[in-house]
Amino acid sequence: MKILRDTWLIFARSMTLTLRNPVWVVVGLFQPICFLVLFGPLLEGVAQSPGFPPGGAFSVFTPGLLIQLGLFGAAFVGFGLIADLRAGVIEQMRVTPVSRLALLLGRALRDVVSLLVQCLLLLIVAVPMGLKADIGGVLIALVLIALLGLLTASCSYALALALRSEDALAPTLNLFTLPLLLLSGITLPLTLAPQWIRNIAIFNPFSHAVDAARALFNGDFGNSDVLVGFLVIGLLAIVAMWWAARSFREATA
Amino acid sequence: MLIIETHGLSKSFSKRGKKVEAVRGVDLSVEAGQIFGFLGPNGAGKTTTLRMLTTLLHPSGGNATIAGYDLIQAPKKVRDKIGYVSQTGGADPASTARENLVLQARLYGSNKASAMGRAAELLQSLELEAFADRRTSTYSGGQRRRLDLAMGMVHRPPVLFLDEPTSGLDPQSRARLWEEVRKLQQNGTTIFLTTHYLEEADALCDRLAIIDEGKIVTEGTPTELKRQVAGDVVTLGLEATNGALQRGEDLLRSQAFVREVNLDKNDLRLYVERGEEALPQILRLLDGAGLVIQTIALSRPTLDDVFLRQTGRSLRETAA
Repeated sequence: MKILRDTWLIFARSMTLTLRNPVWVVVGLFQPICFLVLFGPLLEGVAQSPGFPPGGAFSVFTPGLLIQLGLFGAAFVGFGLIADLRAGVIEQMRVTPVSRLALLLGRALRDVVSLLVQCLLLLIVAVPMGLKADIGGVLIALVLIALLGLLTASCSYALALALRSEDALAPTLNLFTLPLLLLSGITLPLTLAPQWIRNIAIFNPFSHAVDAARALFNGDFGNSDVLVGFLVIGLLAIVAMWWAARSFREATA
Repeated sequence: MLIIETHGLSKSFSKRGKKVEAVRGVDLSVEAGQIFGFLGPNGAGKTTTLRMLTTLLHPSGGNATIAGYDLIQAPKKVRDKIGYVSQTGGADPASTARENLVLQARLYGSNKASAMGRAAELLQSLELEAFADRRTSTYSGGQRRRLDLAMGMVHRPPVLFLDEPTSGLDPQSRARLWEEVRKLQQNGTTIFLTTHYLEEADALCDRLAIIDEGKIVTEGTPTELKRQVAGDVVTLGLEATNGALQRGEDLLRSQAFVREVNLDKNDLRLYVERGEEALPQILRLLDGAGLVIQTIALSRPTLDDVFLRQTGRSLRETAA
């Protein structure tokens, strides 16, 4: 299949460049690890309060941090694309018969792989901190995070192709990422939030991802949050990939 | 055989609510095996036309056939048949020349082994071997441009599009690149290049089209263009004895082969169809009239004269 072959070629090229500077994968972990080590312990007190989800502070907090990694880690991949655009690399690829979807998928899959590596490293740090989780649930949650990475990376690429400048991309991403983070219940569970915030958060796909990941970490596979999380993130990922692939097809200048 | 043919190719953009017509109905025919030059000042629509022909930009109107395939109906087939070197090039600065070439060849469908082979071949023929495994961000302008050229020809396309191939290069690097372009032509590649360098158009191209404000203003071989528009220029210095200049001017003006005569200080400037045929006639006429010629010079019009006549502006001024 041409699309698979093309995707592999773009993936391999992107991965080679990432592996040339693997330090950035680790640097990207710095913030979530800070949260885990310096903020997680604060939750142990809060975990006793009524309304806090079951499972203990780190079992609630860690899945949230994984989603945060998926949000922040993949949201900024568009910057690399702008550098490629400026160097003419994208045009050089677009003039070949390479599949336009592969131009997106190859990159986005590289982002997913580095995201999953970051997740594993974070989980390794979380275990001694007090994380107790269902192994099967964690594995399924990683699939959800991979989808979420595809969603966020695709949006970042589509925005980068539309804006074409770092100066425009940075504030645009901040505009979206911060409210998405605060309304997702990553740091503090939304069960603690007043009703009006919960009403808004329903429209935040990341809040559903966090709910699904928490249920999975608890081994609560039958929980409807799991199904809702996969449906919301899966559908949005497809829409975002379509948007980004279309942007690659029509990219000009 | 025509390898590129366009009819009414046009492109308009909307910029801040205003419609900008970058290319307004371009008709072009390029014979296989030619070096075809697209000459015009910056912003004339050269790059936009090129980007349409290379499938990167969807035309607003008109159509084109390239290497037998319809640009609008079969862009994928067209991509297989063409190579493109953009103005800035498209090699990845973070990768080596070899990596860039291998990936490019593979994107065109080569398997790994033949991509490696082709890359090695190009690195050798363009003398890039010595730094083939260094990141391209360390390359000089000329090295970089040779790599860009290699990227465009990695799949041996029958048609190669070059956008301002020697822009910003020093004279040696430019001459070197011209050599490569000629070599490609000898191997049967059709080359379509844009330039705003008159010397380049003159030295390299078999045929030229001049574009200004999105329209082709004239087309032909460099020699035809220069002859068609400006003719040749003959500058005569006459011994200035009692009205000799005036008599000379009147005499020459009455000749059919002289288009125009201007008195420029003590010199007569004649615009003639064919300078090499006009010279003996001028000599005979003036001699017969007893006028003494002190100096005579024949100069060829430059493409700048062509451009000046067609657009009212000098290309050198607009290119600056």
